[in-house]
Amino acid sequence: MGDLVLEALTKRYGGTVAVEDVDLEVRQGEMVALLGPSGCGKTTTLRMVAGFITPSAGHVRIAGQDVTRRPPYARDTGMVFQSYALFPHMSVAQNVAFGLEMRRVGRTERETRVMEALRLVRLDHLADRLPGQLSGGQQQRVALARALVVNPAVFLLDEPLSNLDAKLRGEVRMEIRSLQQRLGLTTLIVTHDQEEALTMADRLVVMERGRVRQVGTAEELYESPRDPFVAGFVGRCNLIEGQPEGTAGFRARGGALLPCTTAAAPVGTGGVLALRPERIALAAAAPGEGAARLEAVTYLGAQTEYVVDYAGTSLVVIRATPPEGDPLRRLAPGDAVALTWDPAAARLLPAQ
Amino acid sequence: MGSLLLRRAFYRGSIAFAFLLMLAPVLTVITISFFRQEIVTFPPEALTLRWYVNAWSQQEFARGFVTSLQVAALATLIGVPLGTAAALALQRSRIRGKGALNALLLGPLAVPGVVGGTALFMFYLRAEFWLDRDITATLEGLVAAHVLLTIPWSVRLVSASLTGLDRSAEEAAANLGARPLTVFWRVTLPMMRPGIVAAALFSFIQSFENLELTLLLVGPGRTTLPVAMLSYLEFRMDPTLSAVATVQIVLVAALMLLTDRFVKLSRVV
Repeated sequence: MGDLVLEALTKRYGGTVAVEDVDLEVRQGEMVALLGPSGCGKTTTLRMVAGFITPSAGHVRIAGQDVTRRPPYARDTGMVFQSYALFPHMSVAQNVAFGLEMRRVGRTERETRVMEALRLVRLDHLADRLPGQLSGGQQQRVALARALVVNPAVFLLDEPLSNLDAKLRGEVRMEIRSLQQRLGLTTLIVTHDQEEALTMADRLVVMERGRVRQVGTAEELYESPRDPFVAGFVGRCNLIEGQPEGTAGFRARGGALLPCTTAAAPVGTGGVLALRPERIALAAAAPGEGAARLEAVTYLGAQTEYVVDYAGTSLVVIRATPPEGDPLRRLAPGDAVALTWDPAAARLLPAQ
Repeated sequence: MGSLLLRRAFYRGSIAFAFLLMLAPVLTVITISFFRQEIVTFPPEALTLRWYVNAWSQQEFARGFVTSLQVAALATLIGVPLGTAAALALQRSRIRGKGALNALLLGPLAVPGVVGGTALFMFYLRAEFWLDRDITATLEGLVAAHVLLTIPWSVRLVSASLTGLDRSAEEAAANLGARPLTVFWRVTLPMMRPGIVAAALFSFIQSFENLELTLLLVGPGRTTLPVAMLSYLEFRMDPTLSAVATVQIVLVAALMLLTDRFVKLSRVV
C-alpha cells in the first residue's frame, strides 16, 4: 500500500498533446476518479501510471519511489481493464493465481490466497470454471480478485463498469467501493460517467483536452465549479454568456439582466454565469406581466423540466413535479411565468 | 405474400442447384468407386470394394501416399513456425515495409501452381548443376517446394487469429508482474493456439493434395499421390482411381472440418 503522486505528467504524440502537466496526489486509502469526455487524456494518464505508456515529461511516484522509467511488471500496480482481460485459456483460480506465481509465492500459500480473494468477490464456488463460462459481472469480479490478490500498492480501474448492463453496473459499483474502503486501497479510477465518479470516488479530477480542469470532492465540483466546463460537465447547468454590470447583476448577451451577487468583477470583462436548473423557482404569472415565457414542459416523473425564455435568454428549470391540483401542474408552453433565484446561487465564471 | 414465398423458393432452389453443381463430380467419383464393372455404365452390375483393394496393391499409389504424407508433414513442421513468426512480426513489430513483406509472404498463393512449379524445376536443375547433387525427385526438394505453400497459408491464418486477439490480456499479465518473454509463453502463445492449429491442418491439406506445383519436381520412385493418380490416368481408366480419390476426399474433408473448429475458414479463405 502507498500513495500515488503524479508530477507535471505530460504525454505528447508528435505535435499533439494527449496529457499536459498533470499534477495529482492520491493519498493512501483514497479513491480518486479521473473524469472527462472521451479524448480528454484520462486513460492515457492511467496507462502512464501502469507503465504501458512512457511519459514525455514528468514523474510518477508510487509509495515514494519514482517509477517513471520502470516497466509495467516492476510497478506493483493492480489494474482492472474495461474488457476484463482475463486469460481465456486459464481457469478462474489460475487467473487469480497468476500474479502470485510471478511473485514466486509457494503453492500452499498461493492456493489459500486465491481462495481468499475469490471469497472476497463471492466467486469461490466457480474457481474451476473457464472465464468464457461466466457472465460479464462475474468476469469483472474475477478481474478484481486477480488484481487484488497481489496486494498492489496502487489499484487502477479503467472504465471497469462500461461493459456491464445498467443493473449489474450498480451492483459491481457498490462492490468495488466497499472492497476499496474495507481494504484501504489507494485507487485511481477512469470513467466518463459522472454518476459513477460522484458515487464512488472520494475526490474527482475533471479533465479536458489533456489538462486538469479542477480537482475536488463531488460537492466542491458541483457547488463551486471553477470554470464553465466543470460546471457543465458535473451535473446540469445553465451557462449564460455575457458580462457583469457591477451590483446590478449580470447582463446576458441576449439582453436579459440576471441577478447575482458575485458580480464583483469589473464591468466590461466578459464572463459566464452558471446557474443550476434546480436553484430556480418557478411561479405562474398573469399573461403579459412576467418577463418570462414557458417554451417547453417535460414531465420526468418525480421531476418536471421546464425550458423558459427569460427576456431573450433560454433557461432550463428543474422542479419537483407539482402535486395534482396545483395550478403549476397545468402550465403549458406559451404561458407567462415568473422566475426567481437566490442571487448567491448564480456563480460568475471566467469566459472559456 | 405469395410473391414472397415464391421468391424464397427461388432463392432456396438456386442455392440447392449451386451445391448440386459443386458436389456432383465429388459424389459421382465416390459412387463410381463402388461399381463392379471396369468401364463405367449405369446402372452398376453390382457393388464391390475390389477397386480399393486394387488401389492398395498398386505400388505407385501406396508409395505416393507415403511420400505425400511425409512431404506434407515436413512442410507443415517447417512452414507453420516460420509463418507464425512472420505473422507476429507483421502484426506486432515496428519494422518498415510491412505491406511489401506481407505481399511477399502471401505471394506464392498468387502465382499459378504450374508457373511456380516450372520456375522451381528450372531453378532446381541449375542448383543441381552447381551443387552437384540431386534435388528434383528428392524428399528435400519436394519439401522445400511445399514450404512455399505452407508459409503463406500459415501467415494468413495466424494473422487472422492475431487480429482478433485482445491485447489487454497481455497487458494484464505484464501488470501482474510477468516479463515480456513470460507474457509471450504464458498468455500470447496459448491465445494464438487455435490459429496455429488451423494453420497446421490447412497447410497439411494444401501440401497433401497439391498437384500443379509438384508435377515437374517428382521423378521415378519419388512421386506424390496426386501425381501418381494423374500418371495412372494416362494409361488406364478404371474405378481404381475413384477409390483412391475417395480416400483422399474423405481425409481432406475430415481435416477441413477439424480446422474449421479452430478458425472459421470462411473468414480467411
